[in-house]
Amino acid sequence: MSMINYASREINCKLVYYGPGLGGKTTNLEHIYGKVSPNTRGKMISLATETERTLFFDFLPVDLGTIRGFKTRFHLYTVPGQVYYNASRKLILKGVDGIVFVADSQIERMEANVESMQNLYDNMAEYGYDLTKIPFVIQYNKRDLPNAAPIKDLQAALNPGWPIEDGAQQKVTPDPAHPGENLIEKAGGEWVGRAAYHEAVAVRGDGVFDTLKAVSKLVLKTLS
Amino acid sequence: MAGAASWSFSENDFKQIQAHLQAYLRDCNARCALLVDRNGQLVATVGEMPQFDPTAFASLTAADFSANDQLAKMIGEPEFASLVHQGERESMYLADVAKRVILVVLFDRRATLGLVKIKAKGVVENLNKVFEEMFNRVGAGPTQKKGLLEGAEDEIDKLFG
Repeated sequence: MSMINYASREINCKLVYYGPGLGGKTTNLEHIYGKVSPNTRGKMISLATETERTLFFDFLPVDLGTIRGFKTRFHLYTVPGQVYYNASRKLILKGVDGIVFVADSQIERMEANVESMQNLYDNMAEYGYDLTKIPFVIQYNKRDLPNAAPIKDLQAALNPGWPIEDGAQQKVTPDPAHPGENLIEKAGGEWVGRAAYHEAVAVRGDGVFDTLKAVSKLVLKTLS
Repeated sequence: MAGAASWSFSENDFKQIQAHLQAYLRDCNARCALLVDRNGQLVATVGEMPQFDPTAFASLTAADFSANDQLAKMIGEPEFASLVHQGERESMYLADVAKRVILVVLFDRRATLGLVKIKAKGVVENLNKVFEEMFNRVGAGPTQKKGLLEGAEDEIDKLFG
């Protein structure tokens, strides 16, 4: 639920980084915090356990620039990835404008990724939000690890696509980040849409800003 | 519903909110009143400017309120419409406004919790009216906002290089 404050000329939007435990959600925010000028970001708040596992959320406000005289302020949240923190995870999704799903590319974490993705769909549905209709980007993190699964396997498991029933949207839409691939295409006689994805190594910062830019742009475009 | 409902408020709404909160602060001698939406965004601050980071404060307030809402449900209450956090010198009182916004009142020893609570009833009623009118107003939802960045696709593209 983006909020426009005409008095202070600000557009405030809420982005949530979702995904399985230890997948790199907090690392994404830490990298953004470290790289963005202190003038354009606020304080990072982490509600974590003593072992630095996210307990409730991490929070980082970032200004991404000015459009039509309005400051675009994005509030970045992570959720606790561990399965048993679902009650807290659901609270953070309330009023979300855009989602980044941070998947752990390691083959061993495939099941945890799928479970977390299912949990995301379920929690969104409980609020009445439709994940296929709001800005949603997937980040395949830890691409540098030797046990990283191939992108096509991750895509097949986590981003198989959803049917596009609206005739106006049924047109081949290339994926700007991956030449030769499409976000919307006809497959087996049916039109399917997929979430945009980005590869990342969040500990080095690779792909972190590409992901943030992609989801923020989608959010602002919903206002245009 | 594709996504969460959105809302926006005009300068006039903002002035009304400020006037109600200023009167409330005068009546109960509290230091500062903040309005935070349930998603953690700061809507307004009236009274002494707080010394802390208000954005972080707002996100924690919303999380605090939401967590307590769930605790209420667990013990069989529909909600906790207000919360008190009492410190040795500084305290805060939180109250629900129109189910969408949280009023946070910061007060010290110059004010009493009783007065802060009693006077809050009136200001919450007044704010409820302002917010309900705002939400009911035609165009207060996504349609009005759509126009805000309409045709700004190029500018958005430029912003993200």
